[in-house]
This record gives sequence, C-alpha cells and structure tokens, in this order.
Amino acid sequence: MTSVHELMDYAEVIERFDPVLGLEVHVELHTNTKMFCGCANVFGGEPNTQVCPTCLGLPGALPALNGKAVESAIRIGLALNCEIAEWCRFARKNYFYPDMPKNFQTSQYDEPIAYNGYLDVTLDDGSLFRVEIERAHMEEDTGKSLHVGGATGRIHGAEHSLLDYNRAGVPLIEIVTKTISGTGERAPEVARAYVTALRDLLKALDVSDVRMDQGSLRCDANVSLMAKDATEFGTRTETKNVNSLRSVERAVRFEMTRQAAVLVAGGKVTQETRHFDESTGSTSPGRTKETAEDYRYFPEPDLVPIAPSREWVEELRGTLPELPWERRKRVQQEWSLTDAELRDLVNAGAVDLVAATVDAGVTPAEARSWWVAYLTKEANNRGVELSELAITPVQIARVIGLVNSGELTNKLAREVVTGVLDGEGEPEAVIEARGLKVVSDDSALEKAVDEALAAQPDVAAKIRDGKVAAAGAIVGAVMKATKGQADAKRVRELIIARCS
Amino acid sequence: MTSDLIRSTAAELAARIASREVSAVEVAQAHLDRIGEVDGAVNAFLHVDTEGALKAARKVDEDIAAGAHVGPLAGVPVALKDVLTTEGVPTTVGSKILEGWVPPYDATVTRRLKEAGVVILGKTNMDEFAMGSSTENSAYGPTHNPWDLDRIPGGSGGGSAAALAAFEAPLSIGTDTGGSIRQPGAVTGTVGVKPTYGGVSRYGLVAFSSSLDQAGPCARTVLDAALLHEVIAGYDPMDSTSINAPVPPVVAAAREGANGDLTGVRVGVVTQFSGDGYQPGVLRSFEAAVAQLKQLGAEIVEVSCPSFDYALPAYYLIAPSEASSNLARFDAMRYGIRVGDDSTRSAEEVMSLTREAGFGPEVKRRIMIGTYALSSGYYDAYYGSAQKVRTLISRDFEAAFATVDVLVSPTTPTTAFPIGERAGDPMAMYKADLCTIPANLAGNAAMSVPSGLSDEDGLPVGLQIMAPALQDHRMYRVAAAYEVARDAALGAPVIQGVPQLAGAAR
Repeated sequence: MTSVHELMDYAEVIERFDPVLGLEVHVELHTNTKMFCGCANVFGGEPNTQVCPTCLGLPGALPALNGKAVESAIRIGLALNCEIAEWCRFARKNYFYPDMPKNFQTSQYDEPIAYNGYLDVTLDDGSLFRVEIERAHMEEDTGKSLHVGGATGRIHGAEHSLLDYNRAGVPLIEIVTKTISGTGERAPEVARAYVTALRDLLKALDVSDVRMDQGSLRCDANVSLMAKDATEFGTRTETKNVNSLRSVERAVRFEMTRQAAVLVAGGKVTQETRHFDESTGSTSPGRTKETAEDYRYFPEPDLVPIAPSREWVEELRGTLPELPWERRKRVQQEWSLTDAELRDLVNAGAVDLVAATVDAGVTPAEARSWWVAYLTKEANNRGVELSELAITPVQIARVIGLVNSGELTNKLAREVVTGVLDGEGEPEAVIEARGLKVVSDDSALEKAVDEALAAQPDVAAKIRDGKVAAAGAIVGAVMKATKGQADAKRVRELIIARCS
Repeated sequence: MTSDLIRSTAAELAARIASREVSAVEVAQAHLDRIGEVDGAVNAFLHVDTEGALKAARKVDEDIAAGAHVGPLAGVPVALKDVLTTEGVPTTVGSKILEGWVPPYDATVTRRLKEAGVVILGKTNMDEFAMGSSTENSAYGPTHNPWDLDRIPGGSGGGSAAALAAFEAPLSIGTDTGGSIRQPGAVTGTVGVKPTYGGVSRYGLVAFSSSLDQAGPCARTVLDAALLHEVIAGYDPMDSTSINAPVPPVVAAAREGANGDLTGVRVGVVTQFSGDGYQPGVLRSFEAAVAQLKQLGAEIVEVSCPSFDYALPAYYLIAPSEASSNLARFDAMRYGIRVGDDSTRSAEEVMSLTREAGFGPEVKRRIMIGTYALSSGYYDAYYGSAQKVRTLISRDFEAAFATVDVLVSPTTPTTAFPIGERAGDPMAMYKADLCTIPANLAGNAAMSVPSGLSDEDGLPVGLQIMAPALQDHRMYRVAAAYEVARDAALGAPVIQGVPQLAGAAR
C-alpha cells in the first residue's frame, strides 16, 4: 500500500513554483440539539442512542430547522466580515453512502447564509495576512462508519463495517476560503495560522468546542502549484484527515514538495482526494473515482427558505464578543507588552489564562512569567494544551501571592505547582503534604550557616576580608542543607552578619 | 343492523355513538366484518388492524360512558392510506422494498386521528410510492373498483377510495401529489379533498414529491370530508412547510352550503379542461353540474388558464426529480428488505441489488427520469424550466381568483378504465391527472365531488372544485350546495348506485 514519494527540496519548490491554497474548514456547532431534530448533540455516547426518525432518515420523517444553529451561522459570518444573505435556502447534495441516512446531505449550495468576507491572520513574525472568505454555509454532519477487520481501519480491505448515527444531523458550518495565493514559502505557515485564528475566533464566539482531536473542527487543504511563468492554476489535490494545527502545516508542505517532484519529472498532478497520515507526515491517495461525482443539487423542498431580517442580523452583530485580535491589541496596551512579548503570549495560547490570573489579583508580568515560561514547558512535557493543565488561574495567583509574602521561594512555588498538576489537591494541601514551608526560623538557619562556614573555612575567610561575593558558595551549601526551604536572601544576610 | 351501520355517514355514526345508541365497538366490528366479506374481491386493504381498531373503539366507549368530552368523530372508523406511518402497524407504501417494516412512530395525521378517537381499521392499498393513477402499480396486487370489479379504482389512493365505495369504511385518508385523492374519488363516486399545501402536516407521510404531497380527507359526503378535514389539519412544528394559520372553517362552510344557496358566488369554468381526450359522457356530466350551480344562484364565467397546458410535463419533471432524491434512503441499511447480503458483497452492491428487487418498474422509471432531470448540464433545461412553469401556473390561478371565488372542471377526463388497459402505456396513464395537477403545482386547495354517472357507461364522474390557498372552505360550501341539488335531481345519493358485492350482507 505504501508508495514511496519523490519529494523536492522545499527551497527548490519555492524557487520554481508559487503555491496556491484553498482551505475548507468544517465546524461542529455545540448547540443543545441537532440541526433538524430534537436529539441531543453530544460527543461520544453509546452508538445509536442519540437518534430519532428524522436523523435516522426513517420513511416519512421530516427536518425542522434548529434556530440556534442559524443564529450561530450568522454570528460566524459576521465575525468573518461576511455579508449575510437576505434570503437563502438549503439544498440536497445527493450521493449514496451507508453512513448518510437519507443518501443525501441537507446542505447549502449556491445560496450560502454568509459570503464574501475575510479573516486577518497573524503570522509567526507578527505580520498580518488577509485570507479572503468565499462563504460560510450550514449543513448536517453524517454518521460514522467503523470499518472492522482491515489493516488500516479504512473501508478498503475491511471485513465488515459498523455504523453509528449519533453524529448524523449534528449542525455543521463549512467555511471556505477564496483562493489563497501570494504566500510564497509561507504557504504552510499561512494555512496553520488561518486555522489557528479561525479556531480562536470560533472559541471566542462560543459556538463550537473546536476540538480538532474530536473532529469538531476539521480542515481539508486544497493545494496546487503554479510554475513561475504559468498563467493558470495547476491541478489541485484535496487533503483530508488533517487533525491538528501542526498537521495542517505539515500536510501543505508535504503536498507542495510531492507535487513539485511530480511536475518536474514531467508528470501530471492527479486531481484527487488524499489522506494525511499523522505518523509519517505524508499524504496518500483516497479511493479514486472513475467519474466525477454529480451531486444533483436542488433546493431542499422539505425546508422553507431562510430570510433573516436585517434587525435580527444587527441584533446578532451586537452579541459578538471582543474578537481575539481586538483583545490582543487591548492587552498589549494594558499590559505594556512589546510585539515579541505579545507574540510569545499568543503563541503559547495564554492570553485568556494570564488575563484570568491578573483578575485574581497579581500583576500581568507575574502571571505571564508563570504561564508563558514555566507552565508552557509543563504542558509540553505532559503533551496537553496549556488550557488543559489541571491548574486554574486562581490557584496560580494564590501561589504567586505566597511567593510575594515570602512564604514560598520561587523554587518551592514550582514544586507546589507540580503537586497541583499531579493531582495532589489545592496549593495549600500540597504545601502541607510535601512540607514545603520556607524555613524562616533564624536559629535553625544560623545553625546551618555556622556549619557551612565551618566546613569551608577558606571561603569564610574571604568573606571576612570583605569579599562578599564569595558568600554565594555558603548560600548554596545552606540551601542544600535545608533542602531548598530557606529564603536565600535571608541566608545571605545571616552569613554576612556572622562574618562581620 | 350491520348494513345500516356500514351505509351510514360518519356524521350519523358519530352522533349515534355519542348518544350511546350504538357502541363504537359495534360500529368497528360491523366494518371489520364487511372488510372480511368483500375485501377478497376489492383488495382495498393491505393490512387490517382488527385488534388495534377494537381496542381504540373500546376506549371511546369507555370515555363516553365516563362522561368524557369526545371529538366530533369519536368512534367513527377510518381507513388509512399505507403511505402514512403507524407505530407498531406495518407501513409498506405499496412497495416490496418496505415489506415487513413496522414504523416506530406515528405520522402527525395518525396521531391526530388517534387523539380524536377516530378508529383506524387498517392500511389501504396504493400505487407503489403513490406513483400511478390506477393502483395497478401496487406490489401487492391491484385494487378493484366496487362499481365494476374489472375496472381500476383510480390511484394512487385507489384503496382509500374503494374502501368507501365498498362500504368498508365511512372515512379514509388519502394523499394527493398530482391527483391521488381526487381522481380515485371521481372514478368511485366518492368525495376526495386535497387541502391547501401545508394545511395538513406531512410528518410521517412517506415522501414521493415533497413540494407536492398533501394528505387529505376522503368520504362519501361533503360534510363527512369536512369533519375529517378539521381533525387532521393544522400547524405542526415537525413539518416546516406546514402553515402556521388557523384551519379554514370547512365544517361550517359545508353546513352553510347545504342550505343550497350560492347567490353571489362566482364560479369560473376552466376552458383548458375540455375537448380532445375528454370522454363525452364526462363532459355532459360536467355541463349538467355547472348548470345546477347556476340554478343554485352562482354566477358562471369562463376563465382561461393558458399555462395549465404545460402542467403535466412540468409535473413529470418536478415530481420524479424530488422522488429520485426522496427514495434514495431505501438502501437496505436500516430498514426494509435486504437482498444479496451474503457477506461477500459490498454495501454498495447490496444497496443496488435491493433497489433492483424492491422497486417496481414505474418507480424505477421515475427515479431515472428524476436523476436525469437533476443532472449537471440538464438541470436548467428540465428542473429549472419546470419550476418556471410552476410559477406561471400560480400566476394563472392568481389571475383567475382575482375574478372568481372558485374554479371548476371535470376531475379526470374519463371514467374508470378497465384494469390492464393503460398498464403498458405510461403517457395514457399520466393523462388521468391532467386536470388535477395544476392545483398541486400551485399548492392551492382542490376537491372532487361526484357529479353523477356518465350516460354512456353508467360509471361515476367527478366535479373538481378549486379554491385559493387557505380558502378551502369556499370549495366545501359550493360542493355541499351542489351535493344537495344533485341528490334531489337524481333522487338518491350517487353512491347508492354501487352494485351489491358478492358475499355482501343484506
């Protein structure tokens, strides 16, 4: 099955070709109920328990539109600077597939609810790139097939397939970009930055869980190459199964290097759907179709047209939250951040966490130093998103407070935080259980200082001669002896007092 | 006693049950007995729910005995076209592909009937997926017209109409996509009403053509149809094409009409529905009906609706297009029969074998026409043009209703034709719906009321009355007035002319 790909060196790809992208993102809305029926819209659940005659496509059952889904679609459209249709309809996309109960998908075709917008995305160096939005339209999700018996888990070679219709009828918004060109070597980065910005936006709108790992945000990447002297677009491929932000970047980059090698060898890029493999970072062809699929779209006769009044659209515009980029601009000013500091904060995905920590009573600098520096590393080590760490901004603020009051040293504070992350309870409980209080009893410290001075008489002599810098060695010894529970500043004071 | 019960109107039965003169159980049993006697010859029913009917009847009797308030048709039996889902009772749509399917839910119409205490006797025969005008396309054998068992009872709702004419039920429910209530009504001498599109919920009506399908009441009298109409009609949030407006006052209109005065009512005669292809006896019956309307005080004017000439071709693009998509779900994955699943074949192959075995020739023909009409490159020429014709037909209706209150025409160009006569000629079959299709395309209300018998063959003829959307009551008033005048002129209701069926109780 695995085919060895000839790949071209990336720099050479860029020298000879201009990449052209088109990104299609499917977002599952987290409405309480499905798009066209009253079934609960929840991820997981025993197979085929969140179903009814409508979402199972039983004979006679009809759809009834979820108003909340329309509202979410309009809000997404507005946040993407789109025009909102004054009148639009659903359409049926007809094709046979076992996980699609009616063998047509109720979608929108030539009358999307939102169209003609843009999203400005921030690249790694802080510059902005405008991605133009073709349309955002509503549709229903399909069920899920589980192919049993084959080696790959794909339908090819499977012995039998199981069908779960819990997901059938879950509301989806498909957001399609216009052609993205002019990115040059940054095409993979633009793709990732766009999906990242979109995810942040959807999260701020509170319309979706936007979990790529659970499929509530899915990206299909269309990639083609244009030779430098060409006037027409090249043949594109559509890569599916791109399930993380990093994969978006990798998939685009891989396709660019693969297509370039094909073209340079005198071959032709096949227009096809390809499948991204996380483990190898490569794409492989999906099932090829002998003939182009004709979906025979026509207006859905079971649903009346949607005509959102301009009053309603304006009312919804008023419900838009502060959008992520506006928020960033504001915190940069309020917290006096340099562009680089802001970028680190954003890249770490820590804006909300820092803001919440600041709200809990610490300074932005203190909060940032914890979230961006220490906790980001912890999240990486634990393989989770920063926001998924088992510690709250309020807990971090309490730990910072204990450091400020001298009850914890920075080193002890990190240990407390580790304890919280490991599930040992509240910071105070960790301190208690691990015995992490600063040793502030001078008599105990004096004893340790005397022992350290006695153990290193030559250093002690230097200090007595006024070479205060030498005190560091004694501080280190004392800290070691107290297992780090001493306040280093106080230890230094005691050493100097002893030697004067 | 039995003969008395089965020949009664629904209104009479309801009154006698409510006054406890007869029990609902006796009424149900009389009809079940009648079905047992004659349905072997008629084949109006695909499934008789004896147990369910008696249980529902008992409940009505108990409620009445307990002094509970019951609806105006409580305890009256009804025959339900097998296109509406019934929880726990098989629903086949006249197709092999759904053989043995027992729906887990009730259609809204079914639920409303149950809530009103109407007793469902069983499910009636129909052309497969409501595609046909003779009930010959049923996978379970044709229904026979009680007027002449060698003739068709119309279609697709031949079972629902024949059940009335054979006195197997006083009421029935049909569905009308291109005339499937009205044309069977016309050829069996019964009343059939297609309410305004959106007037009766389609939830649980197995779709043939979603933008045209409409369920409606069938009965032997205009008042009975009106009583049933009010039970099943009304807004339903489960059907987004259902109209959120009060149900037109059709019962009051039927009672008012029965006074026999149509003074001030303007009746338009559609000039397009006449001439070649119309049986002379049908046209003579129609002319006599128009003359009677005039005698009742109506003002008669001729109205031209030129776009109606294109209704039939437009219909045969729109309905198959929607059907090709609606019927895609019958794929053996979740319900219905499954063919060829021997664990070597793919899901795609099983779908294909099942559909090949499960659908009859007319259904396949329409799926193919519809698939073609919607294909890329042909859509504008076929489906797109047909939708434009639809708009023109609506405009013709609007223009007509600007000058008249109702429009009239023959319901169907001929009387009941012999079984088998048009089976091999789809175009001849399609022409049976020539006069009924425009109202489906425009979505307005229309009904068929018997206008006596054709003088050349002694078979029933129907008068079609059409009204604007949500003005269903207008046509009921005219129909009720006409019914009284007609019976007076003929000396007896048309339906009394049905011959005795073999084995029928005396």
